[in-house]
Amino acid sequence: MQILVNGESREFKADTTVADLLRELDVKPDRVAVEVNREILDKGAFAQRSLREGDRIEIISFIGGGQPADQYRDVS
Amino acid sequence: MNNDQLIIAGREFKSRLWVGTGKYKDFVETKKAIEASGADVVTVAVRRVNITDRSKENLLDYLDPKKYTILPNTAGCYTVEDAVRYARLARAAGVSDLVKLEVIGDERTLFPDTAGLIEAAKILIKEGFVVLPYTNDDPIVAKKLVDIGCPAVMPLAAPIGSGLGIRNPYNLKIILETVKVPIIVDAGVGTASDAALAMELGADAVLMNTAIAGAQDPIMMAEAMRYAVDAGRLAFKAGRIPRKLYATASSPIEGML
Repeated sequence: MQILVNGESREFKADTTVADLLRELDVKPDRVAVEVNREILDKGAFAQRSLREGDRIEIISFIGGGQPADQYRDVS
Repeated sequence: MNNDQLIIAGREFKSRLWVGTGKYKDFVETKKAIEASGADVVTVAVRRVNITDRSKENLLDYLDPKKYTILPNTAGCYTVEDAVRYARLARAAGVSDLVKLEVIGDERTLFPDTAGLIEAAKILIKEGFVVLPYTNDDPIVAKKLVDIGCPAVMPLAAPIGSGLGIRNPYNLKIILETVKVPIIVDAGVGTASDAALAMELGADAVLMNTAIAGAQDPIMMAEAMRYAVDAGRLAFKAGRIPRKLYATASSPIEGML
């Protein structure tokens, strides 16, 4: 089945759970959050939540940031 | 600087310098600069995991969440809906229920949309978040943010990344006198004297990113900022002399020939 993960269409077996998907993508679950069709999952639900054809998944984590990186302008 | 801890929502922080983690050359430089700054609060952004290239390292492999308070921000969010979504995702990722709330109003200035900020803060506070709002140097907005339950307020000194320093010290002073929660001056610092000035005004902490990460030598600048924040804090507590137009002799007249 096709699933949209972070904006990319990927093929997964039927009955893939969120935990399976993270394993297949080599993403450790400890420091990420997962949204399925805009619903944020508890980490405890990763192993139970089965995915369906056409689901839209977002996997987020933390990156370096204080402020957006592309806005720097020298005004001096 | 012992026994001068900053306390926000029951949490104690040792350093009054908070730092962002963006714009560094690599994670090693990030880690070294943060160590040199002495900061114990570091801000991070919430973004999609790169699922194509898994060889990329994770920032949190370099910044131990046991050692640092990780403060997720909602940088890049221009709507209440997005800011709330990013904050919820950050909390779900499991580092903390703190959020540096940003609702940006305009791409060119990155000034906060303060109406959106108040609306988003209300939603998140109701959900149990500890909301630290990035706001304008506007005392009325600062008061509204405190009234709805923000345990600290983060007014800007100047636009993000501008390095223009404290553009409106008088507004910051009024904010400091208007609200009774910690004030963290966030954004606009260019160099050490700017950070010292913010602290001398009575700010409880200063948050910066570009001023350190964009310096020729970020690690050295991080150290400079650490001293500046400490010096400014001490000067504030020590109480400066009043400004006078004319000289006052330091040496006694008595005993002169």
